[in-house]
Amino acid sequence: MSRYIPGTDEDRKQMLDALGLTEIDGLFSEIPEELKFKRRLDIPEALSELELISHMKQLAGMNADAGEYICFLGAGVYDHFIPSVVKHIVSRSEFYTSYTPYQPEISQGTLQAIFEYQTMICRLTGMDVSNASMYDGATAVAEAALMAIRSTGRDKVVVSEGLHPEYREVLKTYSRFNGIEVKEIALHGGVTDMDRLEEEVNESCGAVILQSPNFIGAIEDLGSASEKAKKADALSIACVDPISLAILKPPGECGADIAVGDGQALGNSLSFGGPHLGFMAVKKEMVRKLPGRIAGQTTDSEGRTGYVLTLQAREQHIRREKAVSNICSNQALNALAAAVYLTVMGKEGLKQVAELCLQKSHYAYEKLLATGKFVKVYDAPFFKEFAVKAVDEKIPDINRRLYKNGITGGLDLGTRYAEMKNNWLVAITEKRTRAEIDRFVEIASGGVCHE
Amino acid sequence: MKTYQGMKYTKEHEWVREDNGLMYIGITNYAQLELGDIVFVELPKKGKHYNAGEPISVVESVKTASDVYSPVTGTVVEVNDALTDAPELLNTEPYENWIAALQPENPSELDQLMDEEQYAQFCARGE
Repeated sequence: MSRYIPGTDEDRKQMLDALGLTEIDGLFSEIPEELKFKRRLDIPEALSELELISHMKQLAGMNADAGEYICFLGAGVYDHFIPSVVKHIVSRSEFYTSYTPYQPEISQGTLQAIFEYQTMICRLTGMDVSNASMYDGATAVAEAALMAIRSTGRDKVVVSEGLHPEYREVLKTYSRFNGIEVKEIALHGGVTDMDRLEEEVNESCGAVILQSPNFIGAIEDLGSASEKAKKADALSIACVDPISLAILKPPGECGADIAVGDGQALGNSLSFGGPHLGFMAVKKEMVRKLPGRIAGQTTDSEGRTGYVLTLQAREQHIRREKAVSNICSNQALNALAAAVYLTVMGKEGLKQVAELCLQKSHYAYEKLLATGKFVKVYDAPFFKEFAVKAVDEKIPDINRRLYKNGITGGLDLGTRYAEMKNNWLVAITEKRTRAEIDRFVEIASGGVCHE
Repeated sequence: MKTYQGMKYTKEHEWVREDNGLMYIGITNYAQLELGDIVFVELPKKGKHYNAGEPISVVESVKTASDVYSPVTGTVVEVNDALTDAPELLNTEPYENWIAALQPENPSELDQLMDEEQYAQFCARGE
């Protein structure tokens, strides 16, 4: 089958004539001959549309996606339920195809959606001001660290190893050429070693960064970290799971100056790890240091409520190299999905999601320990994700067996932390049923299954 | 607009005035007119040291945000907290409202700055 391409040979000839050229190669005459690639690309012949669809379906069929494989893997990306209304609203062309809302008179819908999102993030985190979103959790953490360094005029950030290992990599990348020292504090008993942390939080430290629940699932003492930061006039950055905030004390009440995190859990698909959104919220005093765009509510000349991008004087298109950050965008569609999700769930609904995560993960934890094939790794409380150690089998073998039985197992923590050999990070969301968890435990412990 | 005897001016449109051994600094009338409505002044921290020419404060208007450069070398001993709640004071009375006061290290730095007449000519040339 042939593909429909609207440009005809006659059209092309007309365009070339208008340009005074005889062939298309003439358009590239500026490129030196020795730089031109003069062979055919070594790729297969083009497929027809029909063949292509069938080819793509075949490739997609090789994925072990969460729709087909029951997911017990988390480690930063979580298989939460997404009400179908999220997809329907996000897919509306007014949102889906709209451009950056620089022109408020034609962008009220987009701006209001961002404003609502910001309001919800503030309520969730207990902070005063939220920006319109960042790219993901990792860049939100890194931007928060840069903000703290700018505000304090210091050059060291102290970060817990409980922060997602990939977030720490991004943080180090951002810090490397900004002259910022990144000091990592090891975990002890599943949580950040507060004594070691205190030693490092001194007059050169601009920020203390903790994740709670941390990467291995344990809930950290954010209040204690914030206190230590405050004592040294450093800022406290809390990286949090937004779903957990429905039942855990929000960062704003724990003394955090900046709250960040990945917002994927709020109505966004796993999508093989992205696109996500990052969220970032601060206390009022820091609003002018906040990177990224902010939508604000105002009134027009006739007294009607309207929305505009505000506090833009900090941004790159005005301050150039002195802008507070080089982020000039946000994840508008993902942030919209988060806002719709939070609206649909409501305060009670979100609390219910969080409670189910808490109960189900503890059920799975107890069941795994009861098999005798797994032992506990820490005593610290956890929310929806936890670590256990496999006693006699290797984690990759357990995961392989689960995979053969249609289940995606947990993360082998030994691949991320040298001291956590054969530790297994398991995530349980509200989507997992008791039957699924029972089957998971049975197969993981070597019970009845397909080998 | 009333100015003070002995006030000195920079090419970046800051003024500096000596009083009781301290150097009070602010922005000129020309600067506030160029900036437009001022909505925020980022004050320096007390105890912080600045070299002459280093950015010491940021003045943000509805149009832009602009650095204020310290006209002299010294340590901040006082900041004008009134500007936190009323940044527009820099619009209404730019010569009455200073941003920070520095304990100078080298008061002779003032000699390199423009006096009122030189500054008026400088502004008139539109540089």
